Amino acid sequence: MQEFPYVIQWREDRCTRCGRCTAVCPQQAIEPAVFAQRLVHSESGTLVPSTVRKVSHGIRQVNDIDRYCTGCGMCSLVCPNMAIVPHYNPHHKFLFHKNLGGTPYKRGGRRNDPSPSTLDKLKFTRISMLTDPALDAGRHEFHIRTLLGRILPPDKLPLKLTGNRLVVEDDQFIPPVREIFPIRIGSMSIGALSPSMWEGLAMGITYLNEVEGIPVVMCSGEGGMPPRLLRSRFLKYFIPQIASGYFGWDEIIRSLPDMVEDPCAIEIKYGQGAKPGDGGLLMSYKVLKLIAGIRGVPMHIDLASPPTHQTKYSIEEAVAKMIQSMSMAWGFRVPVYPKISGTKTAQAVLNNLARNPYAAALCIDGEDGGTGAAYNVSMDKMGHPIVSNIRDCYLDLVKQGKQNELPIIAAGGMGKTGNLAANAAAMIMLGASAVDIGKYILQTAAGCLGDEYNRCNLCNTGKCPRGITTQNPKLYRRLDPDKVAERVVDVFKSAEIELKKIFAPMGRSTELPIGMSDGLSVGDKAIAERLEIDYAC
Amino acid sequence: MCRLSAITSSLYFSPMENILALETMKEGHDGSGLGLVLKDLGGPFEDLKSYPILSGSCTKKGLEMLDDYMQQAGFRVKYSWEPKIKRVAGMEIEPRDHYFARAYQYPSPYEPKAQAEWEQLLLETRLDLRRMGEKDQSLFVFSFYPDCLTLKEVGDPLQLGEFFGLDDPSLQAKIILAQGRQNTNYAIYLYACHPFFIQGYCTMTNGENTAFIPIREYLTSRGFFGYMGYNSDSEVFTHILHFTHRQLKYPLTYYKDIITPLKDEEILERPDAEAISLLKKSLRPLCIDGPNMVVGFIPDGTIFMVQDSKKLRPGVVGGAEGKYALMSEMCGMDRAIPQRDRSADIFPSKYDMVMVTPNAQEVQVWNQLHG
Repeated sequence: MQEFPYVIQWREDRCTRCGRCTAVCPQQAIEPAVFAQRLVHSESGTLVPSTVRKVSHGIRQVNDIDRYCTGCGMCSLVCPNMAIVPHYNPHHKFLFHKNLGGTPYKRGGRRNDPSPSTLDKLKFTRISMLTDPALDAGRHEFHIRTLLGRILPPDKLPLKLTGNRLVVEDDQFIPPVREIFPIRIGSMSIGALSPSMWEGLAMGITYLNEVEGIPVVMCSGEGGMPPRLLRSRFLKYFIPQIASGYFGWDEIIRSLPDMVEDPCAIEIKYGQGAKPGDGGLLMSYKVLKLIAGIRGVPMHIDLASPPTHQTKYSIEEAVAKMIQSMSMAWGFRVPVYPKISGTKTAQAVLNNLARNPYAAALCIDGEDGGTGAAYNVSMDKMGHPIVSNIRDCYLDLVKQGKQNELPIIAAGGMGKTGNLAANAAAMIMLGASAVDIGKYILQTAAGCLGDEYNRCNLCNTGKCPRGITTQNPKLYRRLDPDKVAERVVDVFKSAEIELKKIFAPMGRSTELPIGMSDGLSVGDKAIAERLEIDYAC
Repeated sequence: MCRLSAITSSLYFSPMENILALETMKEGHDGSGLGLVLKDLGGPFEDLKSYPILSGSCTKKGLEMLDDYMQQAGFRVKYSWEPKIKRVAGMEIEPRDHYFARAYQYPSPYEPKAQAEWEQLLLETRLDLRRMGEKDQSLFVFSFYPDCLTLKEVGDPLQLGEFFGLDDPSLQAKIILAQGRQNTNYAIYLYACHPFFIQGYCTMTNGENTAFIPIREYLTSRGFFGYMGYNSDSEVFTHILHFTHRQLKYPLTYYKDIITPLKDEEILERPDAEAISLLKKSLRPLCIDGPNMVVGFIPDGTIFMVQDSKKLRPGVVGGAEGKYALMSEMCGMDRAIPQRDRSADIFPSKYDMVMVTPNAQEVQVWNQLHG
């Protein structure tokens, strides 16, 4: 049992034998057991010890690697008497065993690395004091917004001078640009997420836009969107994603004539930070009626998205033609951009996009991104850290003078330890125009149990005990979409306040401080040198 | 916060007028420097309007280097001016060997050429000289342009006025920008001293520029060789002006729209809403957050004052036809033009761009909200 990652501690004296823990355990890692005990006791006035055999009932952790305890803690949650709790075992040898039958370990979640991230090491140290008084986060007006879309440089703007005024020349193409909140909800599909979760997120961002005036947008992930949403005026808050399986795009294309609003943008997925080089896979048991309907496929079959777009053979094909096709579908009124996984070759893609006048942005997903299903080896050992990847790309654009033309979006590991606003602000100051969140919103809005100690991470099994990543109604009914939406609103409202609290002492309020790297320091010389920021200790 | 004193007049006047105004604002500068830029020069320079004037200071070695370089480049000295240095006991000024303003004749192939070509030659020459003298600080050159003269030195402005003998009638102009420095750039360095000058454009600023790094990165990546230096975070204000007005050829008022863009709902009210909405996105990295007040001039002699979008710095414009002053504080204004109609003083709002037309003929307040 000491080889297992989590060890159950069960207290016989507190347990009422109600059976709730065994019923709720998604892994069946615990089961009712019968214990035989030999007790020594004495009944007479003088000590005359005798032994009796006692049979008792209780809970036992299963010694089967395929039913290992994931540490999710659902047993503790349902226990009426605090009788059971899983403990993390730092000496476990889980990976030595989890390949029975020649099947490598597959899971959902994130990279299991609990060490502090580079982002969490960055500090905001250019505090305006006397020479340039700080702004007041409560009094001054702040504009925490970013631009998504291809921005024309001034010499390419179709402007002419009439008298003393600049006027826009007619019939000139001006790429579409959206003004959005700089933290977005990244791509998580309806299918990977349960209907309750996806609906909660969608309601939350709609409320933020319509009521709070915070233009938060959300990417659909691969797998389409509910047909009614596609035909609604709320579509403008969503970014439909097209990926290598093209799931859901039949319905999207069919909805085109009935759309009353354009979507915010279109994301073309080429890679995912958590599992670079891997395609998507929605297991058959998640493909129920709703999902099959939206994706335009039969029920109960595995839905595999290939690792690459199979019909394309080069970057020109893969990027330029797809961007152009997608742009054309919406009459060039919608920004279209690719998302790639973090990689040493990101700059090659970036430079290709910089020369493509229709490319609206580049989203890079770092190794700390999440996934619903992947091989453990992909998640733990594949991928590129996001921070230097984004910094390199931004500085590359600066060299070309195109830093304001092609927004870079950073994804993967934002808010990994809960510091969402600080991580977002740091990425922005290093050159990102926006950041994407995934796991963070699942944790804050729906109480996802996963962490970097491989806790839970059962997203791939369809048995998510919180009802977040499952299509099993019994499980997703645990999640109230209204409550999820409320928490989404809480998250973005508080992130906006925290961003103001960061930017105000640094004297920035009017425009997002993209590339304001003098605001950052780090207590690690190697990181400082690599990111071209100050070292402070 | 530095103190700014700018005067524009239809008649020639002495830079001492600016310096005396700075003296009244003395609590705002700390002796870390005086910067003076004179435009539309009188005195001996009045007849030399078409000759570029190289201004700077140097050591003996620097002077040799300068002479060698200019001779080799084909420039011939037409007229040379050096201030008559007065050393008074108690002055905390470390004199350099030479302060100079020299009018040169162009190398012969350049004389008939287009303005853009000789402007390029002059800027290249100044930057070459700057690079040659910067390492050992043997040579500082601040401007090389026709009808403009620059003087900069570390010290108290009034003492420097006396030190340079600026009450001498030989040095007069119709537009003079003066700055008394409050050093906030860590090291006291002459190239960090405003006003900054490039190809006929000049500005000086008080306050700090919190958006300095993104702005610097944007300017240096425009492919224009003159966008360099940046020893002060305020130098970008001059280069943004140059970029907006000279390179992009936008009217002067768009400078205000670029450094302090309107909010989207305010833009809708502007007659050129569509254009400035595009500008706001396209030139987003040039947006400042203040606290700044900028005073500057453009080659035609228009002088202006603008505030950051929250008006976090003071500023006043006053005077009458024929003479206007643009000051960072009222006491400076009272000293510069005491006899004006005070009720006509203009305190620019966060939306205003106050412009005084060439020869101090008229003051105009352009409001950004109305365009």
